[in-house]
Amino acid sequence: MSEHINLPEGSIEKQTTTVNLGPTHPATHGVFQNIIELDGEVVVSAEATVGYIHRAFEKIAERRPYTQIQPLTDRLNYCSAPINNMGWLITVEKLCGIKLPKRVDYLRVIIMELSRIADHIICNAIIVADTGALTPFTYFMQLRELAYEIFEEVCGSRLTTNIGRFGGFERNFSAVAWDKIDQFIERFPPALKEFETLCNRNRIFMERTQGCGPISAERALSYSFTGPNLRAAGVDYDVRVASPYSSYEDFEFNIPVGTTGDVYDRFMVRNGEMHESLSILKQAVAKIKALEEADPSVKDVYYSTEAKHLHLPEKPDVYTKMEALIYHFKIVMGELEVPSGEVYHSVEGGNGEVGYYLISDGGRTPYRLHFRRPCFIYYQAYPEIIKGSMLSDAVITMSSLNLIAGEMDA
Amino acid sequence: MALTNERIKERLIEKFGGEITGMEEPYGMLTFTVPAAMNLKVMQFLFDDAELNFRFLTDLTGANFPDRKGEELSVVYHLHNLQANVRIRMKVFVPVEKPDVFSATAVFAGANWMERETFDFYGLNFVGHPNLKRILNVDEMDYFPMRKEFPLEDQSRTDKDDEMFGRGGSQF
Repeated sequence: MSEHINLPEGSIEKQTTTVNLGPTHPATHGVFQNIIELDGEVVVSAEATVGYIHRAFEKIAERRPYTQIQPLTDRLNYCSAPINNMGWLITVEKLCGIKLPKRVDYLRVIIMELSRIADHIICNAIIVADTGALTPFTYFMQLRELAYEIFEEVCGSRLTTNIGRFGGFERNFSAVAWDKIDQFIERFPPALKEFETLCNRNRIFMERTQGCGPISAERALSYSFTGPNLRAAGVDYDVRVASPYSSYEDFEFNIPVGTTGDVYDRFMVRNGEMHESLSILKQAVAKIKALEEADPSVKDVYYSTEAKHLHLPEKPDVYTKMEALIYHFKIVMGELEVPSGEVYHSVEGGNGEVGYYLISDGGRTPYRLHFRRPCFIYYQAYPEIIKGSMLSDAVITMSSLNLIAGEMDA
Repeated sequence: MALTNERIKERLIEKFGGEITGMEEPYGMLTFTVPAAMNLKVMQFLFDDAELNFRFLTDLTGANFPDRKGEELSVVYHLHNLQANVRIRMKVFVPVEKPDVFSATAVFAGANWMERETFDFYGLNFVGHPNLKRILNVDEMDYFPMRKEFPLEDQSRTDKDDEMFGRGGSQF
C-alpha cells in the first residue's frame, strides 16, 4: 500500500499498525491488555497480557482459616460468585467426608443454577451489545436483578455473595425467598423468549457472528477449554454430568452443544443452557416440595448434622448463650478439625470447570490451595483464534469468550 | 471395559516399571510420582496409548515443601480421560537449586500459560517452553512469591503477635 503514498524516506518503519486493546478499553469488559498488530483491518498477531488485578489469593489462602477463604472465591468470577462459593464448600466437605441431606443439595442446585443464568444473561447481553444492539443489554439485564434479589434474600448480599457454609447454608430460605424464586420461574421464560426472538434468527446478528472467531474441537481440547466455549466447539463435556456433585445426578437435563465453535455457537450454547438451568431450577423446587410433603420435618433442614462442628451457631444464640459464642469464635478463628490430605474437586462454573486443588496438612489453614480458573486457561487461545480476522470480529470474539478479569488474575 | 485405577497402574508399571513411585488414591484419584527427567515420556505415553487416552490437561500447578530435602518443589498435573471419565494426578519433584522440568507445551497447547504461572510463583524452570516469562506478577520481580520462605506479611513487624492466628512464626 505504502508505495502509492509519497512519504519521506524512513518515515514508516513497519507495515503493520499496533493497537492496544486494553488494559482499560470498552471492548475488554475488564482489566487486561491485548497488543494487536494490524495490517489494515486484519489481525496479524496478538499478544495478551494479564495480571493487572492480581491479588495473590492463593498466597493469602495459605494463611487464612478455612472459613475465611470463602469470601476470596467470590472475587474470582464475580458474575457467578455463588458457584465458586459452592465449589469451595464442596471441596472442603469432600476433604472432611461430610455427606449432605438431599434438601441441602437441592437448595444449592437452585442457587447454582440461578447463578449460571445470571452469568449467561450478562455474557450473552454483552455479545449482542458489542455487535451494536444495546436493547437486550438494557432490558434483558433486568432479569439478572431478579436472581440477585434471591441471593440477597438468602445470604444478604448480591454480587460477592459468600453464600452457604460448610455443611449447608447459614440459614433456611425464607418465605420471601421462595416467593421470589417462584416469581423468577414465572417471569424469566417470557423475557428469554423475547431475547431469543430479537437475536437468534436475526439476520444482522447471524451474519455478524457466524463464522466469527471459530475454534475446532481438537484445538479447544488441546487448550484445555471447558464450559460453554468447549461445548460450542462440539464436545459435550459438562462437569455436572461427568462427575456429578450436589446431587446433580437426580436431575434430567440436556447439554447443548455447537458445531463450529464460533461466536454464534457460543451464544446459542449459553442460550440453550439458560433453558436447561431453568428446567433444573423447576425440578429442584419440585423435588424439595416432594421431600417436604413426604416428611414435613425436612423443612427445617438446611445444613448437615454431620457438619455441626463446622457450622456457625444461630446468631440469636451467639448473643445469648455462652457455648454458642465459644463455638462461633472457634469456627471463625479456624479451629476446625480438618484432616490432612490432598483433594481436587471441580464444579461447572459459569464459564467452565472451576477446580480447587487443596493440600491440607491438618492445620488451621490450607498448606496449598490452587484455583483452576477456566478463563485464565482458555484466554491463552485468544491470539490464535483471532489471527487473520478483522479487528471488529476480534472484539466480539473476546466478549463471547466470557472473560472475567477477576478470575483470570486470581 | 471400564478403565479403572488398577488398570492404569498395571499399564504404567508394565511400561515404566519401578520408575513410577508413590502410588496412592486419595479420595479416589490415582496419584503417582515420576522422576523429573521422565515427565514428558510418561505424559506422552498417557496421551498416545489407545487405552489410557489421557488427552485433556485439566490443571497444572506447583507446590513447595521446604522440609523435603532434594525435592523441595513439585509440579502437579491433573490429567483427564474425557471418554472414560477418569482423572489422574501426576507429580514431579525437583530440588530448589536446580528446578528444571520439561515443558508440556508440546503435548498440550494449554500448558503454556499454566507453566508460565507456575514459573512466576515457584520459579520452576520449564525446559523447552516457548515463552517462559512472568505472567501475573510484574516483570521486575526478583523472587518467587508462592515459595514458603516468602512471607505474606512483613515479618519484622513487632506490633502484631501472630502466635494465636494464622500459621504463626516466621517460617511461613
